[in-house]
Amino acid sequence: MTIPNKKLFALCLVVLALLFMAQFVLSNYLVLALTRILILAIFAMGYNMLMGYTGLLSLGHAMFFAAGLYAAGLANYYGGVSLPIAFVIGILGGGVLAFVIGLLALRTQTVSFMIVTLMFAQVAYLLTLYFSNVTGGDQGLTLPTASRSFSLFGLAVDLTSPMVRFNIALTLFAVVLIGLFAVTQGPLGRLFVAVRENINRTEMLGFDTYRIRLLAFTISGAISGLAGALYGLMFGFIGSSFAEFRSSIEVLLFTLVGGPGTLLGPLVGTGVMTMLIDRLSGMTSAYLIVVGVLLIVINLWFPKGILGTIRDRWVPWLK
Amino acid sequence: MAEVILLKTRGLKRHFGGLKAVDGVDFTLRKGEIRAIIGPNGAGKSTFVSLLSGRIPPSEGTVEFDGQDVTALPAHRRVRLGIAYTFQITNIYPSMSVLENVAVAAQSRLRPSFLRKGASETEIEDAARAALAAVGLDDRLDEVAGVLAYGHQRLLEVAMGLALEPKLLILDEPTQGLSDSEIANFIEVVKRVAQSSTVLLIEHNMHVVMSLADRITVLERGRLLAEGSPAEIMNDKAVQAAYLGEPA
Amino acid sequence: MDIAPYLLLATLEGLVQASVLMLTALGLSLVFGVMRVVNVAHGEFYMLGAVGAWLCATLIPGHPAISFAVALIVAPLIVGLLAALADRAILQRINYNPEATIVSTIGISYIIQQLTLMTFGPDARAVDPPFYYNIRFPWFGYSSYKFFIIGVAVALVATLWLLMKHSKMGLLMRATQYDRETALNFGIPVGRVYSAVFAFGAMMAAVAGVLVVPNSQAHYLMGHDPLLMSFIVVIVGGLGSIPGTIAAAVLIGLSDGLLSVFFSPTLAKIASTLLVALVLVFKPQGLFGKAGRI
Ligand SMILES: Nc1ncnc2c1ncn2[C@@H]1O[C@H](COP(=O)(O)OP(=O)(O)OP(=O)(O)O)[C@@H](O)[C@H]1O
Ligand SMILES: [Mg+2]
Repeated sequence: MTIPNKKLFALCLVVLALLFMAQFVLSNYLVLALTRILILAIFAMGYNMLMGYTGLLSLGHAMFFAAGLYAAGLANYYGGVSLPIAFVIGILGGGVLAFVIGLLALRTQTVSFMIVTLMFAQVAYLLTLYFSNVTGGDQGLTLPTASRSFSLFGLAVDLTSPMVRFNIALTLFAVVLIGLFAVTQGPLGRLFVAVRENINRTEMLGFDTYRIRLLAFTISGAISGLAGALYGLMFGFIGSSFAEFRSSIEVLLFTLVGGPGTLLGPLVGTGVMTMLIDRLSGMTSAYLIVVGVLLIVINLWFPKGILGTIRDRWVPWLK
Repeated sequence: MAEVILLKTRGLKRHFGGLKAVDGVDFTLRKGEIRAIIGPNGAGKSTFVSLLSGRIPPSEGTVEFDGQDVTALPAHRRVRLGIAYTFQITNIYPSMSVLENVAVAAQSRLRPSFLRKGASETEIEDAARAALAAVGLDDRLDEVAGVLAYGHQRLLEVAMGLALEPKLLILDEPTQGLSDSEIANFIEVVKRVAQSSTVLLIEHNMHVVMSLADRITVLERGRLLAEGSPAEIMNDKAVQAAYLGEPA
Repeated sequence: MDIAPYLLLATLEGLVQASVLMLTALGLSLVFGVMRVVNVAHGEFYMLGAVGAWLCATLIPGHPAISFAVALIVAPLIVGLLAALADRAILQRINYNPEATIVSTIGISYIIQQLTLMTFGPDARAVDPPFYYNIRFPWFGYSSYKFFIIGVAVALVATLWLLMKHSKMGLLMRATQYDRETALNFGIPVGRVYSAVFAFGAMMAAVAGVLVVPNSQAHYLMGHDPLLMSFIVVIVGGLGSIPGTIAAAVLIGLSDGLLSVFFSPTLAKIASTLLVALVLVFKPQGLFGKAGRI
């Protein structure tokens, strides 16, 4: 088997190697920050596959992140399911919900699609509040101490250790990154871009574009669910705030900043934005103004994002 | 040539509000022929072939392709059965490279099925290159499609049709905007294609029609006005009247 | 006691809500109808109207009726100006690309919300109604101010209707809505019409905001619900259709009033949001006949 776009593949490996080294250089605090960035970047990569490559702008991806978070968290909290299995349940939760929502939402396009995904996500959020006796509502649930460690193939894993958490996050980030490399740089990725660029033409070349979009939507939802499950289990907390509209906007913003339709854009965008938000966290209310201003500014002057602009100007293989 | 019927329509109609764009057409196409459809502007030619390709659903009537009633099939299924359609208004992937444009089409033909595993990226690109070579665009593989000259975009459109290796290739005014030398090249391309597939060609350029068509169908105001060999059509009074705008 | 008084009360409350909703939703619908864009910051314009009313009430001494009258005129004007500015500075530059417009107006809404929080503060604040007078029913008294809300809303909608049908501005709007390119070719200043429409839509939300404050309270997050409800109304009524929007506002305002008597507000919100999503999926032209699709 030959690897397409070898330069990009090499770059991905370099980035992964650098991230691995980072844990030996950075302070504990920064390692923790980087752990969060990696998990949110997984979420953004899932979002980017749909929004950047396939051209479907969802305003409701928080629901898939939350589906993973709750499916995994509740399975562990109430069912006592072991963490690795709860994690798989979380991925399935995101994927299955995305498949069902996709069946409906993909009957619409562009603006309708945005509103429909927003509405479904709002329903999901309200459901987490309505059933707060189960979900803990906006107070959330803290997973039991027994769930702070697990053993996998005889290997004891302690989730209270920042280094362990970092390496788990990095491993899963690497798996998703390489997986998405295979998807986006090969024939399937070309089809996604074809749907984005000209859906009618793609239909007239013999493709069932509804199915292609449903596939993209489901993969995207499953990856978002994976990120949600990982977040909930690693930090031992699940709460409805992850299902809020704001989360959907954040992942959109991460993707926009990094560069929609570029493989590494979500990592860059998530990194830049989380760092920025951390800096601003002293002024809590200013944070949303920055988000607002950025949404407008990017749209006006910077629609391709950081890596997208670099790709268009200098590095065409960065896609 | 074997008298096998490839495509047949019965009472095919398409109305847009009160306008009868296609108004009850019975049409038969034999396997292997090159058929030209001519007719004045607004006669319903594009609408008619859109009904064949499934891009637009008919108001009434049936379409039969290769012995199968395809009236209810969506466009993409008809493409898979072997009906390829190139648009009258250029319809490509503007930000993709020339090669990638045709690769999408090649990928459609080489898609995995129960009998065959999916083609590798190399096979897909080879197929795309072959189709591009056939229209003479093989020296522009890496150019961005959206910035090609108009004539080249038309050829790209045709190459996408070729890459599907269809049983029936429908070309809607493919030579519009081409230079004389490009038209000469195009005629050669279609002749080669016609050895392996049936061609249905909408064309205003009578030189192209006369060089290629085995038979000609004339549409006027959504109805089938005449059909016959090029010589017959040239001498048909009704056709002359339609083109000169006089009552028949 | 039998159920009749409850139903009457719920109906009255429903009508009040329907009137406010009608104004807000018509603003959203107008903007969509003419410009084909969805304004997510619409709820914030409503909130600004309410905050403006509170500001007038605190700044202007004397009888509350005076400050209320001032607010009813000044607040919408300022909001309209702001909206026109946003249109010029942002929407016009992204060429009203539908998706970019949604993302930008989300940005605008965040900015307005947070600026209000930083200046106006996090507390809900009440404003005195311009007049107190209770209308006596056999079972309960009912504030005449609420009837005033209904009256103003109906009068404004009737005016809008006449303007759209008979004024030059209405003609320009309809021409632009019908076909932007042709309108441009006929020398209609489409850019200015768009700014005006965007401002006008925002002003309708602001008027609704002013009207509602004496009845509820001003708060920096109060734009959420009206935005959601307006979406629901506009989508159910058929995007860009004025009669459809009015019918849907009355229907939804009334049923919301009745439903919230029997069900928890969260459940009612879940049901109505889901309904709207499904309407968009299965009946994108709205429940009442034909209108623009998005
Ligand atoms: N989607 C549509 N909606 C309404 N009317 C249409 C539509 N498509 C085509 N028409 C009308 O149907 C009639 C036939 O159009 P069609 O494009 O099929 O003609 P044509 O023979 O291909 O013309 P030309 O030679 O100019 O390409 C025309 O009057 C056209 O305006
Ligand atoms: Mg035509």
